[in-house]
Amino acid sequence: MMTSVLTLQGLKYKAGGRVILDIPDFAVDANGILAILGPNGAGKSTLLRVLAGLSRPPEGTLQVSSGGKTSRGDEAVETLRLRSAFVFQNPYLWSGSVRRNLELGLRFRRLNATEIGRRVNAIVEQLGLGAVLERDAGTLSGGEAQRVALARALVLDPEVLFLDEPSSNLDAEAHAALREDLDRVARARAGAIILATHDRPDAFYLADRIAVLREGRVVQTGTPAELFENPVDPFIASITGAELSFRGTVTSTDRELLTIDIAGTEVLAVGRASIGDAVKVAYRPEDLFLSAEAPAGGSARNRFKVRVSEVRSLGALVRIRLAGPADLVAIVTRAAAAELEIAENSEIWVQVKATALHAFKV
Amino acid sequence: MNPFTEALQLLLSGDPYVMAIVVRSLAISGSALLLATIIGLPIGAWIGLSNFRLRVPAIAIVNTGLALPPVVAGLAVYLLLSRSGPLGNLELLFTPVAMGIAQVALAGPYIAAVTLAALEGLPTDIGLQAKGLGATRLQAAVLQLREVRTSLVAAIAAGFGAIISEVGAAMIVGGNILGETRVMTTTIVLETRRGNFGVAIALGVVLLVVALLVNVVLTGLGARTRRPIMS
Repeated sequence: MMTSVLTLQGLKYKAGGRVILDIPDFAVDANGILAILGPNGAGKSTLLRVLAGLSRPPEGTLQVSSGGKTSRGDEAVETLRLRSAFVFQNPYLWSGSVRRNLELGLRFRRLNATEIGRRVNAIVEQLGLGAVLERDAGTLSGGEAQRVALARALVLDPEVLFLDEPSSNLDAEAHAALREDLDRVARARAGAIILATHDRPDAFYLADRIAVLREGRVVQTGTPAELFENPVDPFIASITGAELSFRGTVTSTDRELLTIDIAGTEVLAVGRASIGDAVKVAYRPEDLFLSAEAPAGGSARNRFKVRVSEVRSLGALVRIRLAGPADLVAIVTRAAAAELEIAENSEIWVQVKATALHAFKV
Repeated sequence: MNPFTEALQLLLSGDPYVMAIVVRSLAISGSALLLATIIGLPIGAWIGLSNFRLRVPAIAIVNTGLALPPVVAGLAVYLLLSRSGPLGNLELLFTPVAMGIAQVALAGPYIAAVTLAALEGLPTDIGLQAKGLGATRLQAAVLQLREVRTSLVAAIAAGFGAIISEVGAAMIVGGNILGETRVMTTTIVLETRRGNFGVAIALGVVLLVVALLVNVVLTGLGARTRRPIMS
């Protein structure tokens, strides 16, 4: 069983009469990446600061387990101070050279000059910062500055690394590079990594576990696969990419397998509901399989003949709107669309597995 | 003799009367500046870096100090140190110490206000960013002050320029006593009234050189601006 390096209990954080955070229990494993995923304003940054001991909530206890000792409250904050590092969304690079920035946290830890030099050289090599090491930090590009900010934290070999939306201000190229740095270097140098992000691909690509935050509350926690396969509500389904949905009425149930009437057509989906319940059925457009001919065999239990109402190019992919028992949207590759000869007003077959349709009571 | 020629002679010959006044002026204003910095900088830093209930009124008081007319500062110090004042028994009126106190009252708020304004110009979470790397509260404060050191040096230089060229308070609390509290500005007033324009011009030139040096410092610092944060 994985031990927790950080735990929070009874956290309540209010500001201006509004509940910012209300989290009865929260635990962070000693290793691996935990993503706190949620939309803007969900409370991710506040939760991260509370976990890092940088912000004191009016209610709630922070507990730190480090080096075989457990500490709480002020003692926990002091323990974290020299064993953690925090990368802010808009990291401030202190005046002076990049080297000075990299050395700063090591000086706070009172390491000797030899050790400081060794660690700086190591991180510079790992993140390829040699070309900017002696440059004035104020002259760096956004991508370079973010890498320096990450290096400045990683050089500390923190037991806990806090990352607050580290990629939010980066262009696509710098974003991809940062993601690789996090996966390759940060995993190797830091113990637990807590990543607050609204970027779904980042969370699913990097995280070992994801905690989804909405309006200050943790809605669901699990591995990316658990969230993907068993979203507990439409919000989580949406977070995991099932952004599209249609509505129907439950006509029969077999444990969590529901038969749903959609405008006279029966659809099988998974979820928790009773006969007669109105439900919203969420799906991911990439889970719809299209075929020119009526499908024979296969595991997909939902099959409909639909009419193509709109075809939109997304570059390498094509988005196809389909009119059938419900309005559906499918995404296929450009090559697949060409092979299927998809055109507006043509007819086509759609297959989708029951497990790819998530029904929620409305 | 032409007063300009006389002024030049006084300066080039190192006239003892003129030089003593210049040295006394620099000593009084230099000491006052040091004390004003020791008092004003921590006050400005404390208000700028802390979050307390009376912070807004504190900022208003410090900023009001910026607009304090020198003669009012002089009057306040006079009333404080006069024989019937609360500190009259110290017998400091008409001494260099009294002049220094008045100059501290003028430069202190200025240094505090500029320190405060400079710190307020930094990103709001900069202290947390320092703590996020392991800084203690004190280390974070020092780090932030270092970030605004250009503004601080500029404030100190400008404060020096203001107090060494001030005449109202110096006259009121110093009394312009020969060999004791006679400084450059009060001497210029006196010698101009007497018609000794050579001495007045010589001291005026010294004051202008001081002002020039201050401006050289300020201009040099202004050129050293940098982009402080990524965006």
